[in-house]
Amino acid sequence: MSTDVPQPTNPVANGKPVLEARGLTKSFGALQVLRGIDLSLRPGEVLGLVGDNGAGKSTLVKILCGFHSQDGGEMLLEGKQVRFNSVEAARAHGIETVYQDLALIPQLTVYQNLFLGHELTMLGPLRFLNNRQMRKLAREYLDEINVHVPSVDAEAERLSGGQRQAIAVARAVRAANKILLLDEPLAAMGARESRLIINLVKDLAASGRVSIIVIDHNYAHLFELCDRVNVMQGGKITIDRPVHETSIEELTELMVSSYRRQLEQVREGGA
Amino acid sequence: MITIGLFVYFTIKAGSNFTDTLSLSSAAGYAGPYAAIGVGEVLLLVLAEIDLSAGQVFLFCPWVMYWLHGDGVPLLAAILIALLVVSAVGAINGLITVLLNVPSFVTTLATNFILYGLVLVESNQLQGSPIPLSSGSGFWSKVMGTGTWSEIIWVAAITIVMTVVFKRTRFGVRIIATGGNLVGAAEAGVPIRRVKIWAFVLCSFLSGLVGIVDSVKYGTLDPGNFGVDYILYAIGACVIGGTALTGGRGTLLGAFIGGILIGILQDGLTLIGVSTNVFFIYVGAVIIGAMAVNVQFDRLIARSRGT
Repeated sequence: MSTDVPQPTNPVANGKPVLEARGLTKSFGALQVLRGIDLSLRPGEVLGLVGDNGAGKSTLVKILCGFHSQDGGEMLLEGKQVRFNSVEAARAHGIETVYQDLALIPQLTVYQNLFLGHELTMLGPLRFLNNRQMRKLAREYLDEINVHVPSVDAEAERLSGGQRQAIAVARAVRAANKILLLDEPLAAMGARESRLIINLVKDLAASGRVSIIVIDHNYAHLFELCDRVNVMQGGKITIDRPVHETSIEELTELMVSSYRRQLEQVREGGA
Repeated sequence: MITIGLFVYFTIKAGSNFTDTLSLSSAAGYAGPYAAIGVGEVLLLVLAEIDLSAGQVFLFCPWVMYWLHGDGVPLLAAILIALLVVSAVGAINGLITVLLNVPSFVTTLATNFILYGLVLVESNQLQGSPIPLSSGSGFWSKVMGTGTWSEIIWVAAITIVMTVVFKRTRFGVRIIATGGNLVGAAEAGVPIRRVKIWAFVLCSFLSGLVGIVDSVKYGTLDPGNFGVDYILYAIGACVIGGTALTGGRGTLLGAFIGGILIGILQDGLTLIGVSTNVFFIYVGAVIIGAMAVNVQFDRLIARSRGT
């Protein structure tokens, strides 16, 4: 095992799971996408989810965030059984999701985007925007979490991809009080921009504000970002390791050998 | 800018004929309906929707008032009920578009024909006359349309109020968000369907309101008037004003100015003795010209900001 693997970013990543899935199954027609997912997310932890396309990662996240509901199995939030019928229901339980670069409104400014859906208003039912207050809070909040933009009055359109993603993550974090789901937050992003998001997510996890699940294809990113990595294959979680007990090489080897086994099973079954 | 340019051009060309009150008020008379409908229409264009029925709503609303009043309903009640009716038309436009997923272009095209048909059937193709208030010279008559500038003042006031709503309220931000990125807005918790339905209601309401003022101004209702004649100018006014049809961006003041420009064009060309037939060629040229200027302007701004 290599020695340059970073230690877990967060020492509080232990204790009772904040989110637990037991035997989740999901089929679309004849296609069984999830075949019994067992997963647990501990408070303040960053959990990475890897796997090939079609392994079921996105489906799993869509169940966790309430977009789909599971066919079988159960979900526990802080020990209590929950079942979400909508994204709003999951959101009401403090679970927020950031989708790939879709979240911002290009024509709105940074602060308007940050407060979208949670605008501060005044004059009662007239719902006049309290722009001054929103600008001020946006500036303070972005400073606090180390996100740097030219100005909170800049239109999102004029930001770089990394800045946009950072704002999207920042908004989700403001709204999430328990769990943040990040679906490929580093997709299509340059090295410097990836760094921005990685640091942001690490800081957030360290603050203990939220627990985070990240989907990504890039092992190097995940090893830097996460406390623990789960590998999904064929609708199941096949490997569950803390990052400091494994390495990129080991995970790759485990995945390959697991595929080999599956392949052999298929051959034997066919023979 | 183009509007001011045209204004100066016609002033020079037609001399004091153009700037005298009678002529200016007739320019304002042409401009009022286009500007009024345009201002409501901008809300929908920013939402990446469209309301083709707004012109017919503009014509339909005074008919409702006229029929109700003719049946003995007090005038104020008749006006309020007429406004309620056209708001309901807007709500229906919105509900069909949002709940049945019919493109608003189709929904409102249908509504446009239905309203036109209702007027023809109910009026028996007879003119509606006299319109209440239109022959009086009292305060309320003046306010509601017989005053020289009353219609354009109504439209200007609507433009100001709606600009405040658009720029300063939560509803305005939600319109931009919904039109700019539908999925993103929904994910952020913006009630996109409700926002759209309310915008349709507002557009109908505003068109109907100014429609009543317009009817008082002219004193008669012509069942043969077709709303599409109005709506296309109104959309032209929006485009001249700098609203793209792609959603997310638009200005209500621009639509107002665009409407005025078309009014000046229509009136000014008549005054300098150019055949009114040429008018349409000018309108087309101005729309294309304004679009080109706006696109270049955007590029310039983008470059100056270093992106």
